[in-house]
Amino acid sequence: MKDFRAVSLDATKCIGCTHCMRKCPIGAIRVRDGKASIDYEKCIFCGNCIKVCPTHALNARYDTYEILNGYKFKVALLPSCLYGQFPHIFSPQLVLNSLKNIGFDHVYEVARASDILAIIMREKFVMQEFEHMPAINNNCPACVDLIQKRFPTLIDNLIDLLPPALLAAKLAREEAREISGLPDEDIGVFYISPCPAKVEAINGGMYSEVKELTGVLSVAETCKLLNPVDKNDVERTMDVKASNMGIAWCTSGGESSNFPNTKQLAVDGIENVISVLKEIEDDKLTNLDFAELYACHGGCVGGLLNITNTFVAKSKIHTLRKTVMLNKTNSTDKFDKPMAYYCLKNKPKANDVFKLDKDFSVAMEKMAKIESVLKRLPHWDCGVCGSPTCRAFAEDVVNGKVELDKCDHLKEEK
Amino acid sequence: MDSIVWTFEVDGKNFEHAGSASQVTKARLKQMGLPNDVVRRVIIAMYEGEINMVIHADGGVATVTVGQDEVVVELKDTGKGIENIELAMKEGFSTATGAIRELGFGAGMGLPNMKKYSDEMVIDSTVGVGTTITMKFKVA
Repeated sequence: MKDFRAVSLDATKCIGCTHCMRKCPIGAIRVRDGKASIDYEKCIFCGNCIKVCPTHALNARYDTYEILNGYKFKVALLPSCLYGQFPHIFSPQLVLNSLKNIGFDHVYEVARASDILAIIMREKFVMQEFEHMPAINNNCPACVDLIQKRFPTLIDNLIDLLPPALLAAKLAREEAREISGLPDEDIGVFYISPCPAKVEAINGGMYSEVKELTGVLSVAETCKLLNPVDKNDVERTMDVKASNMGIAWCTSGGESSNFPNTKQLAVDGIENVISVLKEIEDDKLTNLDFAELYACHGGCVGGLLNITNTFVAKSKIHTLRKTVMLNKTNSTDKFDKPMAYYCLKNKPKANDVFKLDKDFSVAMEKMAKIESVLKRLPHWDCGVCGSPTCRAFAEDVVNGKVELDKCDHLKEEK
Repeated sequence: MDSIVWTFEVDGKNFEHAGSASQVTKARLKQMGLPNDVVRRVIIAMYEGEINMVIHADGGVATVTVGQDEVVVELKDTGKGIENIELAMKEGFSTATGAIRELGFGAGMGLPNMKKYSDEMVIDSTVGVGTTITMKFKVA
């Protein structure tokens, strides 16, 4: 585990404005003494706070390109959303090959892994092998984290296959070994991430079972380096190998489109994801086979480390899918490993960080205290106290994190 | 501390707010760390009851009592009452109007589901006076 979190806060730049606190979908931010602070136990790294911070005190962190220097053979894991970041003159093939001009020796498209996963999942749907319905996709780590923390009853609904980025890392390393003939320690495999959630998943532990991954870079930084590359200097030795199936996974609804015979629901935007998970939890969505969840609007093309407008990128991905489909040159890689190779070894576990107390009696007492504090509060959720809602403030008071007199509107005791 | 009690006014006027009492209850029960399967049973049953109060009784009062080893949900209304409880308990039996059914409610599964998910259910209803349904859920 590395020593940085994917969402970082520079207190010197923070003006205590509470924008981030209001935008946090799970109430992980507080503003105390004029400075924001993130409770990393609760944070799901969706990046909503970064988008609204007016002073850029909140930032996404990732590895810099210097990390490449430590390896003889460098492999880029290219997410499909990267194809959507450039003007049309940059063909996907050009994007793919120009990565070699900024320091990589080989490029592996994450969509090739998605292709394989799509076929495995299609078979599982046909054979009705998903025990808990609806099956929920796991390639958005923010949504996986959300389920672990806020919707633990749905933990078994998460599919147990590797997320595309991880499967891609395993396959890419194998390919790199074959091409380079070098030992593992000389090969670096780097994921180019469109969002802080994936950076955190790779650096912070959620994806730690896959050792094949060396580091995680950002789409934005990559675009910055790619833009000045002279097209004439790019040797076009590699082709886009992924099919239109796998490429679709970077947009919301794309993965679902691979399973035409299922009853499916694709949801994007973390607030929408939360409201749909509530419905699933209450059994209100019956007969649903597959729920595809993305914290970012539009899916991964909407991740905050992208530089191009989500809808523009989405339209480019759409065009690319059609081209790939018409050419019919691309087909799914062979996959002949035992099923365990494609599955997660460590399934996500419930992580009840929102419980008031482990002991039920104590929790009950706290709940009663919270409600008696709440009765004295105005229910305006003004946020001046530094907690996102009056209820959250009451909880903070009961948990001893803040003094009651921080509320400016405290009702006079009768 | 033996128990904690929450009281909710269930607004019978609009469907937009129907189910809000059970949503609030769910959030609190989860926070208190009640076992997931208990929370689930309580909420599904309470939601059905809440919807029933909106459809048939113009709203009412929901009271949730959380004790050390059981959760009790009481749904009290002053609506038209249930004429034939035995018939009302049959799956698929419904007196809901066509308009209500168009909204996706009134499938005749409300009371049967409440019975199914609760450990004990008592219906006390008088035609023209109102209905009180008490559901108990064991926490173990």
